[in-house]
Amino acid sequence: MAPLSESTDTEPTALASDTLRESIVDTLREAIGDDLLESYLIPNDDVWIRVSASAWRRSGEALREQGFDYFCFLSAIDWLPSPFGRGEDDPSAEPDEAEAESKEMTQGYTGGATRFQMLARVTDLRRHVGVTLKADVDESMVVESWIPVYAGANWHERETHEMFGIGFAGHPDLRNMYLPGDFEGYPMRKDFPLLARMVKPWPGIVDVEPMPTEDGDEEAESS
Amino acid sequence: MTMLSERQQLSYIASQAADARLNVELETEGMTLNIGPQHPATHGTLRIIARLDGEQVVWAEPSAGYMHRGYEKLTEVRTFPQVTTLINRIDWLGSFANEVPFILAAEKLMEIEAPPRAQHIRTILFELSRIANVGLFLGDLGVQMGAITPVFLAFRDREYVLNLIEGATGGRFHPNFDRIGGLKDDLPQGWIDETRQVMKKLRGFCDEIEDLLFGNEIFQSRTRGIGVIPADVARQYGLSGANLRASGVDWDLRRDQSLPMAWDKVDFKVWTHPDGDSWARCWVRLQEVRESTKIVDQLLDTMPAGPVMAKVPRIIKVPEGEAWVSTENPLGEMGYYVVSKGDLGPFRVKIRSASFNNISITPWLLKGVYVPDIITILASLYFILGDIDR
Repeated sequence: MAPLSESTDTEPTALASDTLRESIVDTLREAIGDDLLESYLIPNDDVWIRVSASAWRRSGEALREQGFDYFCFLSAIDWLPSPFGRGEDDPSAEPDEAEAESKEMTQGYTGGATRFQMLARVTDLRRHVGVTLKADVDESMVVESWIPVYAGANWHERETHEMFGIGFAGHPDLRNMYLPGDFEGYPMRKDFPLLARMVKPWPGIVDVEPMPTEDGDEEAESS
Repeated sequence: MTMLSERQQLSYIASQAADARLNVELETEGMTLNIGPQHPATHGTLRIIARLDGEQVVWAEPSAGYMHRGYEKLTEVRTFPQVTTLINRIDWLGSFANEVPFILAAEKLMEIEAPPRAQHIRTILFELSRIANVGLFLGDLGVQMGAITPVFLAFRDREYVLNLIEGATGGRFHPNFDRIGGLKDDLPQGWIDETRQVMKKLRGFCDEIEDLLFGNEIFQSRTRGIGVIPADVARQYGLSGANLRASGVDWDLRRDQSLPMAWDKVDFKVWTHPDGDSWARCWVRLQEVRESTKIVDQLLDTMPAGPVMAKVPRIIKVPEGEAWVSTENPLGEMGYYVVSKGDLGPFRVKIRSASFNNISITPWLLKGVYVPDIITILASLYFILGDIDR
């Protein structure tokens, strides 16, 4: 572990961590080959890697061999633009489908083609660096479970299954954690309405005072 | 040798036979013990279902979800400044610490940084929430093992810290004080001197607890060697905070990553313990409260002058992007993965809370332990239900 005096000295480590993150991507590419689809790096900050879903477990294993033995979290993202906006419209009005369709679906930093993406993060405690891993989830909505690689993925996969409806091949017990067992639907999907906003209009929208405008603040003026 | 009458002999034989029958029955029939959802050892409503063979746990499974509030979904219909109100309630004993990583993530996306004074005050309030949170843990530890005094001391001394937090922020439990770009307000007059006094008191409290609890023979025999977590298992399950350091892993996000906070300006020790048992986890937490008081003292001495708020637009729109920021919260690593689409509110927020990972190890850890040790282990892992269920 680096002593305190070293880690506070930002200049030299700043350069070093840059090559460090590049080497992480390169080592992973050697291990899984073409299954590493895309990577995005913000120097001295963070790195994102997208792998193919078929290599999901293999990437985890390869990262673990590289020293990423600390499991941070595992979840998913639904990239569909919400058809309900931000829930501030009149709930009795018809949803504006044309507007929802006109919104493009973009998959964030590392791109991708599917609506659902896996999202996981692992950390290397020795080199003080973390990696965010993503993978496209295809129509089968099933990816391999990470439990053999990181035992802590167990509950995270249960939660992801409950909230997004993504299955995990090889998971021993995908019971619901929060909701009743016979609950229908997957709450974290964007097309699952937030019912509290559906039954009663959001009070914040009823009497909006105009924001005080400041010189040069266009956003304030436009509302 | 005393002679037994015929009648006594018969009764003795009968009781022996009954015992034998009972033993046979116990061997073949396990028992399911249900602890909670309402139980003093659960800090909220965690239910533990344990399958027992005699006094030993064959299989145990915590059942969370009694307090699920769906914060990840709710953040999607809030604006960025509104989110702090929600995430205050994740770990309700150290609320201010919950706000910080989210605000830092938003600031990272907006590429702004809080002024130095704001960073300083943020760090002080962060450490004060740690003291309030972990201080209560130290007291509560006693209650769960049958000692009632420490909890009174803990509540007494936590009140001083809560008064400080209230003095600076206006809220005892849910400050909602952190803003994108800085803080809502500067510190009130006299606050710094008062804080110094309280830190002195808190160090006294730590000594008292060490004397009363950690020096207690019963406490030692109930925690030493109970619930041992090896370092590689701890890393695999993503244990964090004192639970990880008690397994001998020298990892503290305050020291091991660079954030726009003031931790790199102070000198503090990261305590670890090689044993990985319940004792080690409790001991590391005690040392951490001491370190926190020292951090606060040093920060009070070096407080820079200046504004507490950077220039930010009145209506905050966060540019498109993704950011991950985590900090060393009282319970462990707490982080937010924030996805913004350039809108007023976040597109998706993944909340990585410490207790969720810390408690997910219990099915592995509780296998084979005795019933009273369930309480010890859960107490030493230290979780808060709001932090598991979110």
